[in-house]
Amino acid sequence: MIRFDNVSKTYPKQNRPALRDVSLEIERGEFVFLVGSSGSGKSTFLRLLLREERASHGAVHVLGKDLAKLSNWKVPQMRRQVGTVFQDFRLLPNKTVGQNVAFALEVIGKPRGQIRKTVPEVLELVGLGGKEDRMPGELSGGEQQRVAIARAFVNRPMLLIADEPTGNLDPQTSVGIMKLLDRINRTGTTVVMATHDQQIVDQMRKRVMELEKGRLVRDQSRGVYGYQH
Amino acid sequence: MRAQFVLSEIGVGLRRNLTMTFAVIVSVALSLGLFGASLLMRDQVSTMKGYWYDKVNVSIFFCNKNDADTGANCAKGAATQQQKNDILAELHNLKIVQSVQHETSDQAYKHYKEQFGDTPVAGLVTPDQLPESFRVKLKDPTKYEVIKSAFSERPGVQEVQDQRDTVEPLFNLLNGMNWAAIGVMALMLIVALLLIVNTVRVSAFSRRRETGIMRLVGASSFYIQMPFILEAAIAGLLGAAFACVLIVGGKAILINNWLADKIQVINFIGWDSVAQVLPLVLLIGLLMPALAAFFALRKYLKV
Repeated sequence: MIRFDNVSKTYPKQNRPALRDVSLEIERGEFVFLVGSSGSGKSTFLRLLLREERASHGAVHVLGKDLAKLSNWKVPQMRRQVGTVFQDFRLLPNKTVGQNVAFALEVIGKPRGQIRKTVPEVLELVGLGGKEDRMPGELSGGEQQRVAIARAFVNRPMLLIADEPTGNLDPQTSVGIMKLLDRINRTGTTVVMATHDQQIVDQMRKRVMELEKGRLVRDQSRGVYGYQH
Repeated sequence: MRAQFVLSEIGVGLRRNLTMTFAVIVSVALSLGLFGASLLMRDQVSTMKGYWYDKVNVSIFFCNKNDADTGANCAKGAATQQQKNDILAELHNLKIVQSVQHETSDQAYKHYKEQFGDTPVAGLVTPDQLPESFRVKLKDPTKYEVIKSAFSERPGVQEVQDQRDTVEPLFNLLNGMNWAAIGVMALMLIVALLLIVNTVRVSAFSRRRETGIMRLVGASSFYIQMPFILEAAIAGLLGAAFACVLIVGGKAILINNWLADKIQVINFIGWDSVAQVLPLVLLIGLLMPALAAFFALRKYLKV
């Protein structure tokens, strides 16, 4: 599913690499937490997965493709198989919940009939059945994140990338979001989640990878957060 | 589905940047209006040249008996019949000559009377004061020098005059005005292009949320850029349409209603010339902004 072979990334005009010599493998259907302090390279790791950045050294394989050899015009096709969720939800404030989810399908040219059928289904799945016509501003943070997850999952992606999805939510709401991500993971979708939330990591007991100053310092199955602030 | 989605995106974009869109439309309209006008001006000048060069001819004036003391050419008195016959024969032998018309002093007097009949000077002129002349029509009016060098030094010839000399300054003036128009047009076009590039950037920036999401969910860059490019193209096309209105209005009001009445001796361009210019104006109005937008976006919306 995902394989990093001695991957380093140095941004232009910077001396210190954001990632140094990272090698790892994530199997299909895994649930992986990515932990580490700010600036440890978590975001760079996720950006490399989405091919928003290219590795300076080493090879990144996602969904069986070597991203270094993937030409620019094929990148959108790859991204359609990867769902993304962010801390700040990234919803369109002037579109309804249903339109926000439909947007993801419209812009990749899915037929209208299919959109009309899929959107309510996926909203039902994330626990927002019947809230199709609400505006994002009328929803709570947890509900907004559910809309974002619905949008990320509506294409039934093979891989779901979550960048601190609970960062803006209170602990109780966060648990709900984690249950939802766990359910999505059980359908066979690989989930990679970057987080600072110690409680969640310790509760879920999934594989934990820890980055420190760009190096992979820990890779532990059924691990705990383990890192002190 | 796709078309409807793209159209609604364009509508949102154009409305969001209403002032900038308006500026683009106006500057495109003015620059393309000037562009069309300068094309028509060139047409007009060449029409006029054709018309006038057809009418003008080279005149060979002969000395008459009163000219003996007016110039060195005529020191020997009036031209003899022999001299005139020689010149006429030579003219007929020249390949560049189309036709020769003989104007006697009496005929010259008659033309003079027709032109200046009512003025006080007319009464003072008598037929024998006016020179006899050959009016030579050339196949190619620009070959005037040949006639001049061949006949101006001949005995009995007072002067060889090219009537083009009288109309040439007018054409030079018109050409000069045309170049000025082209210069202004080029400046306006640059302004319009910069405005378009800027407008597209602002538009892309104000919708970076949407485009960011589009990239993440795997929309192709064509799909992401299309609304912006079409937006610019539509604004440009509107501007071009305005330019067409300006050109047609200018032709109808300035030429048909006003100048054509005032100046009857000029043959003005017809609607066929205008019809040739309009599609060009529309095409440029459509393509130029689209290309400008495309290049502006290449830097802005990378995958």
